[in-house]
Amino acid sequence: MSAAHYLGAFAGIARRELLRFVKQRERFLSALVRPLVWLVVFAAGFRAALGLSITAPYQTYIQYQVYIVPGLIGMIQLFNGMQSSLSMVYDQEMGSMRVLLTAPLPRWYLLLSKLLAGVAVSMLQVYVFVVVAILFGIDIPPRGLLWMLPALIPTGLMLGALGMLLASAIRQLENFAGVMNFVIFPLFFLSTALYPVWKMREANTLLARICDWNPFSHAVELIRFALYGQFNLLAFAVVAGTGLIFFLGAVWSFDPARRFRAGRTA
Amino acid sequence: MKARTLAATTALCLLTCASASAHWLYVSNEKDDTLSVIDTETNELIDTIKVGERPRGITFSGDYKYLYICASDSNAVQVYDIAAKKIIHDLPSGDDPEQFALAPDNKHLYIANENDALATVVDVDSRTVVAQIDVGVEPEGMAVSHDGKWAIVTSETTAMVHWIDTATNTLIDNTLVDQRPREAQFSADDKELWVSSEIGGTVTVMDVATRQIKKVIDFAISGVSRDTIQPVGIRLTKDGKWAFVALGPANHVAVIDRATMEVANYVLVGRRVWHMALTPEGDKLYTTNGVSGDVTMVDVASQKPEKTIKVGRFPWGAAMLPKDKIPQ
Repeated sequence: MSAAHYLGAFAGIARRELLRFVKQRERFLSALVRPLVWLVVFAAGFRAALGLSITAPYQTYIQYQVYIVPGLIGMIQLFNGMQSSLSMVYDQEMGSMRVLLTAPLPRWYLLLSKLLAGVAVSMLQVYVFVVVAILFGIDIPPRGLLWMLPALIPTGLMLGALGMLLASAIRQLENFAGVMNFVIFPLFFLSTALYPVWKMREANTLLARICDWNPFSHAVELIRFALYGQFNLLAFAVVAGTGLIFFLGAVWSFDPARRFRAGRTA
Repeated sequence: MKARTLAATTALCLLTCASASAHWLYVSNEKDDTLSVIDTETNELIDTIKVGERPRGITFSGDYKYLYICASDSNAVQVYDIAAKKIIHDLPSGDDPEQFALAPDNKHLYIANENDALATVVDVDSRTVVAQIDVGVEPEGMAVSHDGKWAIVTSETTAMVHWIDTATNTLIDNTLVDQRPREAQFSADDKELWVSSEIGGTVTVMDVATRQIKKVIDFAISGVSRDTIQPVGIRLTKDGKWAFVALGPANHVAVIDRATMEVANYVLVGRRVWHMALTPEGDKLYTTNGVSGDVTMVDVASQKPEKTIKVGRFPWGAAMLPKDKIPQ
């Protein structure tokens, strides 16, 4: 297999992801509206005009709207990761998954290509959201937009890999509602996306501990620190580590021979 | 030999002069009975100094050798020697001194005595009371014009600005302002007098020549209740462009465009912001946040808060020691 084959396969997968995204306008719109509703309605409801206590990486008091921006960026990537897993379930049902997996290239490479294409789509959504947030008057450091870029890749890959792992476990589209209830909601609400850990600790120490252990929290913190030009090593290590585990899990579960055997016994 | 001495002197200067690359901000901590010193370059706390009970208003002498401290519960104005790093003596101040202002002659200190409805004039050299002037109930804010002609006292309960002629130390005129006037500041050209009204929630700008009110500035911050907007500290930049007003429990500093006399911006700082100090260049503003026990640095050009530094409990007054006056 030459490099051209690899590149060709990647281009094909990326083109398919992008086309799917562009063709589904409502998907783009909902990807944008969802975090904006949180930013404009939910954050306003919290009435944090008097500022939140200082937690790193912030150097001074900030408004609640400023606090939840990295969490909402994480939310975009989380939904995008789940959405692409949804599309994989669809592909499984329609048979296009088989076409993809029977390509004469290593399976891990095909899955990684799909993940990278998903990350590119999520980044497009993130930047449109951030620009709209700035237009709404949210104070985001302009240089942070550039610093955030390298952070979005590991976080997007980790959340995409999680989606992929879930897709391997779901046989039918109908089961996807369960993913919403048992994966997206707990990941999002039990994280530092909407409130700092100290706030959570005030309410319940167990919840605060879950928050600390939640890989989504670390994805949000990696983005948050990057926005302010800082690198959070712990967050990166957790994101990279869990991302790798999810990815290896996905590669293993998409083994056609294993799936064939599983299909026969089912 | 000469060259060696020169080299040694240069080396010594490099070592000792290096510390004077930034101005030092002095902050009085009301509940800790201390002063906090902040390096304005690194924005870090570099020293904490024990002083008298309940230090509030602080101001430097004209030559920056001494810091005058209103130690309210010690009923004294203490004189702190910057080089010797100790309190050298007290000045007679009358009861419960809260705020004061030093006349440009660097000799007369005008002190507001909250409990006695008096303004006390103290000669800082002979350490004697030169005059006591009856003013309204609960005098608080004090200001002396840059030309030394006027001393201003604001009385909280009477809600008045009292105009004192410094030549005779007599009360000449009173101006009624909104409830509970807290602080008075003259513009650099002495043409305007700015007075904040804590309960009234406004700032009154007066024309000094006619002693008439020119404008009353109101404040409104979205999402913040009107009652919590309690203007106290005022700082005017030397270039005449901006006025900063600390809004107390509203946790914001209002930035007023001096040209239009309208609020241009609100800057989020710590809890219950009382007083402020500007660097000599006017590029950084520091606010004392009483309830949160910290000081916020605001970049004047961008009008954005950049860093909040933890100090003692209930920081109150702030005064800036320019870098060329820092003792080596």
